[in-house]
Amino acid sequence: MKDVYIIGLGQTEVGEHWETSLRHLAWEAIDAALKDARLKQPDALFVGNVLAGQLSKQEHLGVLVADFCGLRGIEAASVEAAGASGGMALRQAYLAVASGMVNTAIAAGVEKFTDTVGSRATAALTSATDSDWEAAQGATPAALAALIMRRYMHEFDCAVADFAGFSVNAHANAKTNPYAMFRNTITAEAFAKAPMVADPVNMFDTAPDADGAAAVIVAADDFVWAHRDASQRPMIRIAASAVATDSLALHDRPDPLFFRAANLSAGRAYKQAGIEPGDMNVLELHDAYTVYAALSLEACGFAPRGLGWRMAGEGGISLRGKMPLSTFGGLKARGNPAGATGIYQIVEAALQLRGEAGANQVAAPRWGMAQCLGGSGSTAVTHILERVGRDS
Amino acid sequence: MEISRNWRLQKQRYGLVGEVCEHCGSKIFPPRDVCPACAEEAKTLYQFSGKGEIYSYTTVYDAPDGYEEQAPYTVAIVKLEEGPLVTAQLTDVDNGKVEIGQQVEMVTRKLREDGERGVLVYGYKFRPSWSDENLRVG
Ligand SMILES: [Zn+2]
Repeated sequence: MKDVYIIGLGQTEVGEHWETSLRHLAWEAIDAALKDARLKQPDALFVGNVLAGQLSKQEHLGVLVADFCGLRGIEAASVEAAGASGGMALRQAYLAVASGMVNTAIAAGVEKFTDTVGSRATAALTSATDSDWEAAQGATPAALAALIMRRYMHEFDCAVADFAGFSVNAHANAKTNPYAMFRNTITAEAFAKAPMVADPVNMFDTAPDADGAAAVIVAADDFVWAHRDASQRPMIRIAASAVATDSLALHDRPDPLFFRAANLSAGRAYKQAGIEPGDMNVLELHDAYTVYAALSLEACGFAPRGLGWRMAGEGGISLRGKMPLSTFGGLKARGNPAGATGIYQIVEAALQLRGEAGANQVAAPRWGMAQCLGGSGSTAVTHILERVGRDS
Repeated sequence: MEISRNWRLQKQRYGLVGEVCEHCGSKIFPPRDVCPACAEEAKTLYQFSGKGEIYSYTTVYDAPDGYEEQAPYTVAIVKLEEGPLVTAQLTDVDNGKVEIGQQVEMVTRKLREDGERGVLVYGYKFRPSWSDENLRVG
């Protein structure tokens, strides 16, 4: 197994790109990442995407994107694991490079949500749930999050207002992220008055579905050393890559308030990297709903069971806190371009470790972790990144 | 649209027929032939009583295609008295006027309408069971 490094980063602004196509969005991110890596011809491309087949009537995204990016001929395929698709694309790129089969690979994520609007788009999103036994009953992803949140508040004795801090923090961080969808500040008071989506989940609890694309270039250690440039930029090593699954349907879990896939994949990642949660300096979790942030913090060992919600109110998750969370706005405020989300998380964590996060920079981080979830926590993909000095 | 798929599932959806695992005794719904508790084969059919209690619930305002005319509607996770949890709409209730722990029972209702072809899909929903206990809650 070879060590795998991230040598290029690219992202597009998250939002409603009515004028831009799926392939063009993907190209923008990939072109930026290749230029950042000073690489012309990568060996392979993995594209994370969730909804193109349903919303754009376009499948076969590996070749679509490779062709449009002027990379005809290379190995390319798409990867789907609902909201974890981006992380899963990086996982495939990591495996390809670590195995020695390819030297360099692109892990990209792209989502073109606005090609379809209204109830048909909502119906497309429900395909990430158990279609026969959840979606058939009219359950939506937001409804599943709401079912979790109501039961969580019931068992752990907290209220909707207790979750406000997650969204307030996300919006505060997105304010200085030029790629974020929502750069407005929100207050706990506004959170309390937000309209319901699926009660108790309100509009400020939930991340906006949006268009966007992001890409990272990964390369094998020997390739990196052979092509290292004269810049003093720190290098980013993928210290861990781990995937785990739970039941597809929320109701099939012995305890629906425990994100077992998140727990398993984080545990495997900590073991691979040889570190513990307490070593982490930057954290990007799947805060598609505030209660998911709480459950992910618990599953990954940052908070005891039933107490994840308390981290929303304690100030520790801010850029200057003990465990900075959603440092560029998270899914909540940067936006949630489903299949691209997992790659945005990686780009953001890598910018932090490079020291290129600008106004969003946390102090001298060494370790960063990104975890994305598919469905109601059914799939979890965790990556841990490490900043490595140029002379080590 | 999806006629064979809905026909295939009708026994489970109309009758709440699941399975029981001969190895560990787990009651399984929906049927899946491999016991989720012990991973052994489980193919013995089991008729659920249709009684249970509300584990959690929500009201859906932003409904997917095929469910819009029912919105807003209440979706719950029901804990069946035999053990399994099942996701189901509640019916015969005012939206939001239910409680965790409330007793419910299965009924058969229209689940959705398939657009142009007008195919109706029927299946289980749950409604409050009007025991003395529930009347006190209501
Ligand atoms: Zn069993």
